[in-house]
Amino acid sequence: MTPTDLPRPRPGNGSTPERTPAGTAPLTPSGSPEPELVQLLTPAGERVEHPTYSARVAHLDADALRGLYRDMVLVRRFDTEATALQRQGELGLYAPLLGQEAAQVGSGRALAPQDYVFPSYREHGVAHTRGLDLTDILKQFRGIDHGGWDPRAHHFHLYTLVIGSHTLHATGYAMGVQRDGLVGTGDPTRDTAVVAYFGDGATSQGDTNEALVFAAVNNAPVVLFCQNNQWAISEPTDRQTRVPLVERGRGFGVPSVRVDGNDVLAVHAVTLEALERARSGGGPTFVEAYTYRMGAHTTSDDPTRYRSAAEEEEWRAKDPIDRLRTHLAALGELPEAFLESVAAEADALGKHVRATVRAMQAPQKPTMFDHVYATPNAVVDDERAWFTEYEAAFEDAPATGGAR
Amino acid sequence: MSTPTSTGTTTRPTTAPAARSTERVTLGKALNLGLRRALEGDPTVLLMGEDIGRLGGVFRVTDGLQKDFGPDRVVDTPLAESGIVGTAIGLALRGYRPVCEIQFDGFVFPAFDQITTMLAKMHYRSRGRLSLPVVIRIPYGGGIGAVEHHSESPEVLFAHTAGLRVVTPATPGDAYTMMQEAIASPDPVIFLEPKARYWDKAEVDLGRTTGDGLDRARVVRRGTDVTLVAHGPAVTTALRAAEAAAQDGTSIEVVDLRTISPLDTATVADSVRRTGRCVVVHEAPTLYGTGSEVAARIGEACFYHLEAPVLRVGGFHTPYPVSRLEHDYLPSVERVLEAVDRSLAH
Repeated sequence: MTPTDLPRPRPGNGSTPERTPAGTAPLTPSGSPEPELVQLLTPAGERVEHPTYSARVAHLDADALRGLYRDMVLVRRFDTEATALQRQGELGLYAPLLGQEAAQVGSGRALAPQDYVFPSYREHGVAHTRGLDLTDILKQFRGIDHGGWDPRAHHFHLYTLVIGSHTLHATGYAMGVQRDGLVGTGDPTRDTAVVAYFGDGATSQGDTNEALVFAAVNNAPVVLFCQNNQWAISEPTDRQTRVPLVERGRGFGVPSVRVDGNDVLAVHAVTLEALERARSGGGPTFVEAYTYRMGAHTTSDDPTRYRSAAEEEEWRAKDPIDRLRTHLAALGELPEAFLESVAAEADALGKHVRATVRAMQAPQKPTMFDHVYATPNAVVDDERAWFTEYEAAFEDAPATGGAR
Repeated sequence: MSTPTSTGTTTRPTTAPAARSTERVTLGKALNLGLRRALEGDPTVLLMGEDIGRLGGVFRVTDGLQKDFGPDRVVDTPLAESGIVGTAIGLALRGYRPVCEIQFDGFVFPAFDQITTMLAKMHYRSRGRLSLPVVIRIPYGGGIGAVEHHSESPEVLFAHTAGLRVVTPATPGDAYTMMQEAIASPDPVIFLEPKARYWDKAEVDLGRTTGDGLDRARVVRRGTDVTLVAHGPAVTTALRAAEAAAQDGTSIEVVDLRTISPLDTATVADSVRRTGRCVVVHEAPTLYGTGSEVAARIGEACFYHLEAPVLRVGGFHTPYPVSRLEHDYLPSVERVLEAVDRSLAH
């Protein structure tokens, strides 16, 4: 059998089922029904009801909806500015989140201050909801810091670039929360949940699967939040799985839900439920936020090599910001003054990002030897001393105009 | 079985004798007692691993600890090494001090990614804001007639990664204090336990929580003609070789490295400046091994004191062989003495 003869499963991402028996849900390649996609706001901006999840967002008034809109607009402006700064040579690399604003803002705004987030490397929208100055994120992309912020200040861990590794850190952290007795106390200011953000590609990693095992058997208060943005760089989701990703969680005995990741209300509702389960002692939840990476994987990527303009156009019609905007307008809750103030705020953010990034200086050379260990280390100390002496030799040398 | 000959008539001392702080225990028991003391002294200390609870570990190093400290502090984990280390990192970020047991040396590699990319670098990449006080215990080395993946010496794979401490006790006394010092360290520690020496016995002062630290090598036998540098299970081999050489009138000094990272070059160099000769002994392959690093550093530090090149005795550049051949692979007293003779012949 030649490689091209290998039997191939049909796409399992649920977007284009090939066959739908009349009157039944479409089948996935494994033969199970296509899972439900929780949705409260259609791509056309129409508010729809859901028997379980409508109640979860009933408390959101027009002000709260405008808040979510503002968040998404600001985050998208940040994304645009950062992409431009990379193109101008101010950043070495950037990973855009374009298209995933609802998945990140909707979930991030469901968190309590005491909750703890373990992001991957594209969670700029979640970072915004945790109160970070987003320019801190760009220190890594400018090459002046491997991190850029104090994780404990915002309960937002450093980005993790090794795919899936941090799902275990989140699970372990949640096991610590359990040992601290901060689950099921009934005090909403103390009960604590942990969230790990990762993508569809990460579901293939051993660590993510081990995180599901450890979370399940320990009943850990962790939400494993998968943003299925359809593409792991150039590989579509059907190169990672032949079942809908939401089934992965269920296979481990973890309550799992697939939500429209471009619907900020549905994401918010589903996340609130998952966090409540974690905080009350109900254990982990797997969330598949079904979304789309509208931009490139990073600024070094070229999506035209692996996906069609038609597909991008199809998803552009499901834009997370447009649908909330349409909904607010239909409610008569989108006054011009609000739009102007959000636009002004976005402009100010853009200016802040440009000015701050351009002013970021490379660290002093000997700092590369700092914080290798928390305790003094003779080997590192010797190398730092040698390097300092070596550098000083150039300073003492007479200036001859030659290149160093 | 003996039966009691006198019941209820035993003369008891009127006052309890002062608690003896020194006991003769095996290296394995010393580790167990060190872990117990750490668990008693710090409520954030947790033990995690496969079969370490009810069973007490396959080598019984954690024997009785789950019974006394409960299943939340002595945790039987799922059978997944990356999961063990990855969740330990999360627990450490939450303020705990996890001690992970990897069942055998050859099974550490599923966790190698977490150890080298995450555990080693978190302090650095957070610019010192985060510390990961995690200990990874690994029974290592050969000589016990085991099947494959159960006899390896992976120390340099970790020593090559900045951010990790890599230590290995050779005696029950060091096992007891170094275990406690490793748990107290704010840096992650790869704690390599010489499994072939688990049953070696010695007097251990159980009153101590600290010993000679995790930074220093130690001269364990004084001599004048050749310096033997060894670590872990090879220290005993080196001492036996020194004893045998003494019969022939050769005076050998033995340095127990105790720590592979950081490497205490100063103690070794001080010895070599006195003897002029150096032979490094370890079970791991010599190619790119600890001996290679010692040779390079001693060559730089002691060039004008050396009467002979630094020689290495260790494993070959082969996978660990079948157990029926392992005694020809491992450095023996005879192979050490052969190298000593070569050094003296220069």
